[in-house]
Amino acid sequence: MELLTYLALMGLKSIAVLGFLLFAASYLVLGERKLLARFQVRYGPNRAGPWGLLQPIADMIKLLAKEDIVPQGADRKLFLLAPALVATTALLSFGAVPWGPELVLGGRKIEGAVADVQVGLLYIFAMSSLSVYGIALGGWASNSKYSLLGAVRGAAQMISYEISLGLSLAPIVMLSGSFSLREIVEAQEKVPFGLIQPVSLFLFLTSALAEIKRIPFDLPEAENELVAGYHTEYSGMRFGLFFLGEYVNIIVLGGVVANMFLGGWKGPLLPPLLWFVIKVLAVAFFLIWVRATLPRLRYDQLMHLGWKLLLPLSVLNVILTGAVLAAWPKS
Amino acid sequence: MGEKREGRSRDEAERREGGLHVLGAIWGGFATTLKHLFRRPITQQYPEVRRSLPERARGRIILTRDPKGDERCVACELCSAVCPVSCISMQAAQREDGRRYALWFRINFARCIFCGLCEEACPTLAIQLTPDFEMIKADPLDLLYEKEDLLVDHCGKNTYYDYQEHCGTGEKGMRPGELPPVDPKTNLP
Repeated sequence: MELLTYLALMGLKSIAVLGFLLFAASYLVLGERKLLARFQVRYGPNRAGPWGLLQPIADMIKLLAKEDIVPQGADRKLFLLAPALVATTALLSFGAVPWGPELVLGGRKIEGAVADVQVGLLYIFAMSSLSVYGIALGGWASNSKYSLLGAVRGAAQMISYEISLGLSLAPIVMLSGSFSLREIVEAQEKVPFGLIQPVSLFLFLTSALAEIKRIPFDLPEAENELVAGYHTEYSGMRFGLFFLGEYVNIIVLGGVVANMFLGGWKGPLLPPLLWFVIKVLAVAFFLIWVRATLPRLRYDQLMHLGWKLLLPLSVLNVILTGAVLAAWPKS
Repeated sequence: MGEKREGRSRDEAERREGGLHVLGAIWGGFATTLKHLFRRPITQQYPEVRRSLPERARGRIILTRDPKGDERCVACELCSAVCPVSCISMQAAQREDGRRYALWFRINFARCIFCGLCEEACPTLAIQLTPDFEMIKADPLDLLYEKEDLLVDHCGKNTYYDYQEHCGTGEKGMRPGELPPVDPKTNLP
């Protein structure tokens, strides 16, 4: 009985989160297109439904109805697997992101996350590393030079930025003394870590942008050099899965930034869940703002930035934080 | 030697590029885009708002008439010859008074690229482009415009030019004030 209720609760929560995530991702696409349009003094999609609100549904119908092409000479199995890998890892990594406080319902504690993993941060990093396989395999299996170039760039870029991505969060882990995102949020009761560690926030946002391949680090899909990079040969819903993965990744990034730097669901007046959503959306807005502003980096600039600026800075940040923590332990 | 120096100066340029003032430039970019976020979009919502195009915009082609009301076209085939996509075809014919006209005149708008070369080539200002561009048809065959679709009841952009007034309508050698043909052998060096 105990196990059954647990499983039922778990299933309900997973379905709710999955549904919300897919809904949010599809409307994030619309939101991005709208915002980007306003940044460029345009209107953006406004034909499908009032204010273009039905645009995501129209897009989905279009993607589902399109022909699913596997190019000649492609490695069929890998080609079919790659987009699923990207979307799955993106969706899975949100499982460890907490979105609210623990709820006590009928003497039963319900955690505000699909799974409150003790090493949630490492889990999220692991998932984002795995998504490199989706990119690399997709590009490789397409049997197209543009895809392959995109995949190679993607792999190199994600591997180089993973280091500073991990190191940039090390000071937060040192400050809170935990890898669990829940405990990290609890540690920000008084002051959000974004105020204590602005350098870490900057480093994390920059490397995370590169990790999820957003402008200005979208070299793997640089459309004016590589057609569409690693997903050049994909069509229909398989392309849709790559797309979905990208936008779910934005939400995951928003959730991680909200939890690590902005105090998670904590905030005055409004209910916790709403605070969490507001913070995620704020991060998403920032990403769209970046997209509207910055041009794409050259490949050597990207590598310079990663290895010569972000990595030393994040190591320095870890050392300084360690020194301060050693000098004034647990004030 | 020269190569080396050039290489070094490029390195220096890149180092300068990578200086701290890049941050200032990036901040300026962010400020600019944010300012634009609060501006009114300048898009014209096409089917609802139809702006009137300039008089010389290149759209649907017409065949105009001269000020007296006669067809201007003399079926000289110059437009057909100059057309880069060969979308104009016609059959020349002669009236009883000696004036040439097009027996039939056909423009395939499914091919036409609206370059305006026919208008430039026309010696009688008969063929002209208009600002109207809304000529979508479900069937490409409906885009085959015949003479009766093309011919209009006005002079188009030029209201006074009358080719026939200058040149008359008769055969060669019969036009008023025409000089006798020159023997080319007489003006050789």
